[in-house]
Amino acid sequence: MIVAASLVLIVLFSVGFHLFSPWWWTPIASNWGYIDTTLVITFWITGAVFVAVVLFMAWCVFRYRHKPGRVAHYEPESRKLEIWLTALTALGVAAMLAPGLVVWKRFITVPDDATEIEVVAQQWYWSYRLPGADGRLGSSGTEWIDFDNPLGINPHDRFGADDVVIDSGDLHLPLGQPVRVNLRSVDVLHDFYVPEFRAKMDMVPGMVTYFWFTPTRTGEFEVLCAELCGVGHGVMRGYVSIDEPEDFDSWLGEQVTFAGLPAGGAVRVAETAEESDP
Amino acid sequence: MSSVSEDPDSGIPPAEVPDLPPPHAHGWWSRWVFSQDAKYIALQYSGTAIAIGMVALVLSWLIRMQLGFPGVFDFISAEAYYQFITMHGMIMVVYLLTAIFLGGFGNYLIPLMVGARDMVFPFVNMLSFWMYFAAVVVLVASFFAPGGPTGAGWTLYPPQAILSGTPGGTGWGIVLMLVSLILFIIGFTMGGLNYAVTVLQARTRGMTLMRMPLTIWGIFTATVMALLAFPALFVAAVMMLFDRLLGTSFFMPALVEMGQQLSYGGGSPIVFQHLFWFFGHPEVYIVALPAFGIVSDLIAVHARKNIFGYRMMVWAIVIIGALSFIVWAHHMYVSGMHPYFGFFFATTTLIIAVPTALKVYNWILTLWRGDIHLTLPMLFALGFIVTFLNGGLTGLFLGNVVVDVPLSDTMFVVAHFHMVMGVAPIMVIFGAIYHWFPLISGRMLSHRLGLIHFWVTFIGAYAIFFPMHYVGLVGVPRRYPDISASFVPDSVATLNAFISVAALTVGAAQILFLFNFAWSLRYGRKAEPNPWRAASLEWQTPEMPPRHGNWGKELPVVYRWAYEYSVPGASRDFIAQDDPGHPASWSHVP
Repeated sequence: MIVAASLVLIVLFSVGFHLFSPWWWTPIASNWGYIDTTLVITFWITGAVFVAVVLFMAWCVFRYRHKPGRVAHYEPESRKLEIWLTALTALGVAAMLAPGLVVWKRFITVPDDATEIEVVAQQWYWSYRLPGADGRLGSSGTEWIDFDNPLGINPHDRFGADDVVIDSGDLHLPLGQPVRVNLRSVDVLHDFYVPEFRAKMDMVPGMVTYFWFTPTRTGEFEVLCAELCGVGHGVMRGYVSIDEPEDFDSWLGEQVTFAGLPAGGAVRVAETAEESDP
Repeated sequence: MSSVSEDPDSGIPPAEVPDLPPPHAHGWWSRWVFSQDAKYIALQYSGTAIAIGMVALVLSWLIRMQLGFPGVFDFISAEAYYQFITMHGMIMVVYLLTAIFLGGFGNYLIPLMVGARDMVFPFVNMLSFWMYFAAVVVLVASFFAPGGPTGAGWTLYPPQAILSGTPGGTGWGIVLMLVSLILFIIGFTMGGLNYAVTVLQARTRGMTLMRMPLTIWGIFTATVMALLAFPALFVAAVMMLFDRLLGTSFFMPALVEMGQQLSYGGGSPIVFQHLFWFFGHPEVYIVALPAFGIVSDLIAVHARKNIFGYRMMVWAIVIIGALSFIVWAHHMYVSGMHPYFGFFFATTTLIIAVPTALKVYNWILTLWRGDIHLTLPMLFALGFIVTFLNGGLTGLFLGNVVVDVPLSDTMFVVAHFHMVMGVAPIMVIFGAIYHWFPLISGRMLSHRLGLIHFWVTFIGAYAIFFPMHYVGLVGVPRRYPDISASFVPDSVATLNAFISVAALTVGAAQILFLFNFAWSLRYGRKAEPNPWRAASLEWQTPEMPPRHGNWGKELPVVYRWAYEYSVPGASRDFIAQDDPGHPASWSHVP
């Protein structure tokens, strides 16, 4: 009796906690509402299964608990019942998987009008690079990293000269403009994680990973690292600010470009050489 | 099958190998230390696993003290915190759960349940335990090494695992961790071959594969999986050891650490992740399948009813085992691997939910129209179903690639895997200990203490891990010693403190269990033979507890499956597997 009642209470507690507790995801600030929708579908389907199974179990424990004289029913298997249950389960699983895969396809397909930006992680802070007037990021590599060139921008690549470099500062992005976020790490694994954007991806030294999103709400959002990266992992924080386009443009105008940095000298030389080339 | 009813001996093949006595102990050392008796080795395995498990339990208290009351305990630095979570995870997954299910329950139950005198390779079995013991010693040594144990997280992801920004990364910690894993795998391989060969070759006459209890099916399948999966971890550990000590670059690309160019280059950190999870995902089922098997038997015995859909249950175990080898990259959806892998691995992962769900249905259908005795093993089995169901369902969130994106690396993941492969299997371990304690010791565990232990553990564990999902949903990442952030409301800190109090309470209840264990060993009520009236073979030995060689003069002969409970027309409510006197009532299972 107590056991059956506790099982019912567990169901009531779980459903009640889900519906009435104040803890829920942060208000979304990107186009990935699809992900939230898929998550809600998953909550409904799995929640229904949980409630049904545990309540049935509670009923069994109540109805068939041992009493003197009770004899269990002898039925080794029921093919019909098992086939029905398999089919129903498969249907429920498909109802979650199908929208999931459709949204995943969107998640990995970057729209053509997306602006490319770059996030560079190292123990334990964030740096950023935005394209300059040419709309394109110069190439980069670990071998060029030194004190004057912390992001390892290729000094011989002219596309890099006008790149805006934000070394250990905050990132700003314009509202409503899709961005492809290229992710690089110079040392260990990191993960660029802004809960309000829903999207995230690991950053792996030696390769460039990416995700894309469109900011849908202005404001300042905290950046966290979501892949264990050593003792400073928990304090590897930063901020990204989503601005109205005009605010963004004025902020961008105040930033230094790679050519303006000491290490950018080589680009200046290379550019001059190219221009004077007949 | 049906002909068995006419002539008990027909259909029972003659023995193919002579019934040889297992090696006898010749002195104190070979009896009490280097024993070759599987039952004694099982106790050595379990004792060592529980001892190191206590270390993991204490570490979990320290973790929860830090998370629930950040800043209060000065001695828990970020460094110490990462060392605690790393060692807690590794100990629980490998050194406790894997060791106790396969080395402990496997060793004790396989020979008894299939009707063998011992494992087929008793000497190798003994070596297996001592390799495991050495692995545990090396693991414990890392706590005392300069710089302390590794704090790389139990996944040991390079490059950080072997760099100076991680505790133990450039010191002894990571080296001892990898050496310990290598020793563990060598030891396990010796034991695992033994378990698999014993199940395949040493079953007694009449014990066909489809008459084996599900406990044996679970342990056997998990063993075969472990033999295939652990080598991936083995090579990964060896290669990382080379990267760390010899300067190779298997997993190390060119990188700059703290402004310093390192001499590594050309390796791939993602390769390590593939190797790790090719082991790591089957590992989940290496722990889960024995639990599935054992819980099936507990439910059948204590509900006085055959397990519902036995053949489906066997095939579900085998199919889950096979599928679990093609789902590993669902741990890597946001690792930066090629995004198209997401389609494949999400599909395989969600397919595996179907056989798993069937197992849950069949456990409950076994309760349905049963004669449910709410004994301690049954209570723990019910606790298992609830927690496993909960953890399995949240797995559908994380397995569905795009839903995983916001949730991965948050406390949601921590809550999920603790529920599904922490709490649920441990519920089964406790149920199994309460169930088989009389067989092992000849005494019963105290029911009253057991009830307190069950209720505190079950309700407490649910109170810890159910709300934790919502901490993750808010967005709190895992592996943060302090979770405060701009988007985290203050109420989450209160919730965290509540979770910590629940965790410490559940921890205290385990001390009560240990007391019950020690006390009952000496003063517990004497158990009658086969106290649960079980039909499977391990309870039918001539003496209880079984002696060396298990079966007296003659090996048992098996006439039926292990689930003949409440058979209509039978003289009592169970028919033992080696009972020739009753008709085989159900012709589907030979």
